[in-house]
Amino acid sequence: MLPHEKISAALATAKENGRTGLVPFITAGYPDPAKFIATLKAVAEHGDVVELGVPFSDPMADGMTIQRSSFAAIENGVTLRWIFEELDKASGEIDTPLVMMSYLNPLLAFGYESLAKRARETGVCGFIVPDLPLEESDEIRAALDAEGIGLIQLVTPATPDKRLRVLADTSRGFLYAVTITGTTGGDVGLPADLAGYLDRVAAISNLPVCAGFGIRTAEDVRNVGRHVAGAIVGSALVEVLERGEDPAKFLKDLR
Amino acid sequence: MSTLVDADEAKILLEASIAGTLPDERGRFGPFGGRYIPETLVPAFERLEQGIADHLHTESFQSEFRSELKNWVGRPTALTHAPRLSEAWGADVWLKREDLAHTGAHKINNAIGQALLAKRLGAKRIIAETGAGQHGVASAAACARVGLPCRVYMGAVDIERQAPNVDRMLRLGAEVFPVESGDKTLRAAIDEALREWVTDPAGIYYLIGSAVGAHPYPYLVRELQAVIGQEAREQMIRQAGGLPDAAFACVGGGSNAIGLFYPLLGDREIELIGVEAGGTGDGLGQNAATLATGTPGVLQGSYSVILQDENGNVRETHSISAGLDYSGVGPEHALLQAVGRVSYVSASDAEALAALEELCEMEGILTALETAHAYAAASKWARKNPGKRILIGNSGRGDKDMPTLTRYPVRTSRNVTA
Repeated sequence: MLPHEKISAALATAKENGRTGLVPFITAGYPDPAKFIATLKAVAEHGDVVELGVPFSDPMADGMTIQRSSFAAIENGVTLRWIFEELDKASGEIDTPLVMMSYLNPLLAFGYESLAKRARETGVCGFIVPDLPLEESDEIRAALDAEGIGLIQLVTPATPDKRLRVLADTSRGFLYAVTITGTTGGDVGLPADLAGYLDRVAAISNLPVCAGFGIRTAEDVRNVGRHVAGAIVGSALVEVLERGEDPAKFLKDLR
Repeated sequence: MSTLVDADEAKILLEASIAGTLPDERGRFGPFGGRYIPETLVPAFERLEQGIADHLHTESFQSEFRSELKNWVGRPTALTHAPRLSEAWGADVWLKREDLAHTGAHKINNAIGQALLAKRLGAKRIIAETGAGQHGVASAAACARVGLPCRVYMGAVDIERQAPNVDRMLRLGAEVFPVESGDKTLRAAIDEALREWVTDPAGIYYLIGSAVGAHPYPYLVRELQAVIGQEAREQMIRQAGGLPDAAFACVGGGSNAIGLFYPLLGDREIELIGVEAGGTGDGLGQNAATLATGTPGVLQGSYSVILQDENGNVRETHSISAGLDYSGVGPEHALLQAVGRVSYVSASDAEALAALEELCEMEGILTALETAHAYAAASKWARKNPGKRILIGNSGRGDKDMPTLTRYPVRTSRNVTA
């Protein structure tokens, strides 16, 4: 099985078991780099796929919570290279497929070919690159494809059907349905026409669809789970880490 | 940079730059530019691109734009001969006076142009970012002029060092939104404006202030600022008796420089020199000399040259002038450097301060700290190349810099006489 197929398979398994796939997001090395692998393991135990944030100095698409965690992680020396090295140490101990969320520039600086190779070695099965639209993505996709690593595309409520189809066909692992037009961590709640939007995305996509942005509670997870395969929980979980609370308990309560 | 563009490509791209066929349909200036934006912003950028295609070069838009530039902005701005400076430098020095444009800097050309475009696109409100505050003031004024509400995102650090401009924005009816995230300067302000735009891409028009960001902004801003170089070229021929041997402009994001240089690209005998902020030194975080010391990368929507560390994190910058204090630079400048048409040098904080003072004393012009960098480099160049005709883009006036300037004693230690 190719790495990106592990992502889809994990979400399919959750569905077969009658569960909404849970995709927790953590900023790597936040709040304490020394506890990164321990936190990751705790989160991986309760998630079907884990999204691992690579800190970046200009997290344009993120709200305050993830920005704060990103800046703190950089201060503490967390880099893409470091994350891969930590994952090396935990080799074989984490079964849950990992996807990395990174802005493009750290990936460019790392080099696409070494990136794909290191991802494959460390159990990273896919990438989400929030500032990389389809039109600019050929080069990195080719490098990732060569190692079977997926480039996960995002769609939004404003994406027209025609573009949505192209994005769904191009995506690997899952299709990321952004639920709100805004940044992560907003307090605006989920939109009223969420069901219609998610149904539309699910109908078009052959891949499992995961909804993300603004999903904070067990009720939110249930709501999106009626329409799509998975729910991505980011800012709410990072807030748990920020407060020094137990991420495992938080994720258990989301089920 | 030479690694990205080989000699043969450089020739082709130089010709394309001069012919005006760049950016290409993907928003590329050779390898630079493009559109690196979140999917949430794709519809907004597509709408903007379509709007530019539908309006920017129509006679209806251009005549409205020209009329506003003439009657409201006060164009054409003067080309001023600087006889005392010429004598001191051993050169023939001419100044393109963007400081005389309404609101005191070249920023107004772009602001009124985009505000008129926003109106045509049916925007309900305008957002803008600002560093030095000049673009914020220009946007506030332009929005008042076209009757649209305006919110200006401004880094908390800049709010402190550009207090007079904050007050001007408020009086012009804009809301000033302090940005406390990131580096609390221009870069963070752009990020915050983009975050806001995502929330209502149809209702909001984002009026970017420099020739940076994702396509089509670098193109749009260049088109609106090119009036500087078009006028200067004509005025030089008429008033100075010919084109300059060299032209200087300061470069932060690079809108005034591209505005001055773009219409001069084809006059190959003119040496074009962009001047970045050399800050307090060559060390990490001590300057904002992006093209001189940066490397290729993606920042805020385009592939250009940026100041970054080996992990791709953007480095913080330092400059005495808020308007140059930026870790990136417009993609067209990155290309013009790569193909060798424009050279980019830097001037330090101290050199800029000294140049500002010299201009005040010699010609009675208080220039902006940003602009003073161009004078510092031009003065050095003039001494090495005696007897040349020099054009300097006097991009803005220095009144806004008084809070900064009062921290430095007047060089000649004159006293207030009773």
